[in-house]
Amino acid sequence: MAGEDELKLLGTWASPWVSRVKLALHLKGLSYEYVEQDLDNKSDLLLTSNPVHKKVPVLIHNGKPICESVVILEYIDEAYGTTGPSLLPTDPYERAIARFWVDYIDQKLVIPWKVAFTADGEEEKTEGIKQMLAVVQTLEGALKECSKGKPFFGGDSVGYVDIALGGLLAFLQGTEELCGTKPFDIANTPLLLAWVERFTALDAAKVALPDVTKLVEFAKTKRLRI
Amino acid sequence: MAAKPDLKLLGMSVSPFVIRVRMALHMKGVSHEYIEQDLFNKSELLLESSPVEKKVPVLIHDGKPVCDSPAIVQYIDEVWAATGPPILPADPYERAVARFWTAYVDDKLFPAYVGTAKAATEEERTQQINEMFAVMGQLEEAFAQCSNGKAFFAGDSIGNLDIAVGCNLLLLEVLRSMYGVEFVDTGRTPLLAAWAKRFGETDAAREVVPDVHVAVEYAKKRQAYWAAAAATK
Repeated sequence: MAGEDELKLLGTWASPWVSRVKLALHLKGLSYEYVEQDLDNKSDLLLTSNPVHKKVPVLIHNGKPICESVVILEYIDEAYGTTGPSLLPTDPYERAIARFWVDYIDQKLVIPWKVAFTADGEEEKTEGIKQMLAVVQTLEGALKECSKGKPFFGGDSVGYVDIALGGLLAFLQGTEELCGTKPFDIANTPLLLAWVERFTALDAAKVALPDVTKLVEFAKTKRLRI
Repeated sequence: MAAKPDLKLLGMSVSPFVIRVRMALHMKGVSHEYIEQDLFNKSELLLESSPVEKKVPVLIHDGKPVCDSPAIVQYIDEVWAATGPPILPADPYERAVARFWTAYVDDKLFPAYVGTAKAATEEERTQQINEMFAVMGQLEEAFAQCSNGKAFFAGDSIGNLDIAVGCNLLLLEVLRSMYGVEFVDTGRTPLLAAWAKRFGETDAAREVVPDVHVAVEYAKKRQAYWAAAAATK
């Protein structure tokens, strides 16, 4: 009999980075124990599992911790290479493109979004919105390039870039209320708009993403530190 | 006989990200054409190949560009998997650890370098220098964890994490030259100090890393550029 394969995910319900990991685990059909963390009162488990950053998500696989959402996504794909669908493409060039876009999302989308959300002054907020929309426009192009007319960045099925962007979806859907602007619209980002509909309809999305209304309320009351 | 690959690398000799990619190519023994870029006057080829970021390094393989040094290094490792030593380890958990620390280095070390070089006041500079000391302290621990008593992060010979950290040693030498601060010293970071010496003696480092004075020249040019930009604001 094979030994127990134990997966534990330390997370917070609102975190988009945690949502990414939940998405990947669901897409792979993997069962895991989810342990909600209190970031204002960090548990010993969190502090010992992620001593460098002390952040969520942390995936603990048979007692060994893996930190940073994109590192965890690649780990899940590699450690469970024969389980469920592949998250990254098989072709090395397509893998490189996927990795590029995931890094782009992490480096370029989040910061202006945060500025747009937390800015005190009108000028700063407008600048944040402008930068965020420029990034979204670039991602529209990325979707066109990567999908080649298919439903997802990953082609016929959900892939690494879909998960990386998808994890942020509840925040993206709450952007109009939180930042004062819609990130996607039919005129500028028709492909992304259609992608959002498809992605949110997935079973994995329904389980992994927080409720948008609940998230918006929470973000407003806490000026959320993501 | 295998044909020579159609492989070009657009780079800038003192960029740690370019050095990293050149080391990866060296590890795999892959021949390529290296094209030095002028980042103050970007070429058409660079702008076409890296339209989103407009940055180096860019690896162009059979006419198709690959951008972002971690993506490029993994691409090289995957395409030339059958040639030379592996760059990333084989085990998924060890790969995750290597990727974690590579991300840490990229998120913390290079920004601390830029912050130190760009600092407008002594106070700001001291803050950035302290940040760099914290990063090196963390990497000392990482080395202890990853090396398992061996010579390199990856074990007996260099791997992904060695080149990810090692490509930044030049920048630390620049800061030493310009500000007299020693970031890799036998007192505070003995393991890293010993590793840095060994790393500097590898073929990859010897082939690819330019002299510190070249890097200092570039840093000064960059500082002048920032100062001019700040003045016109």
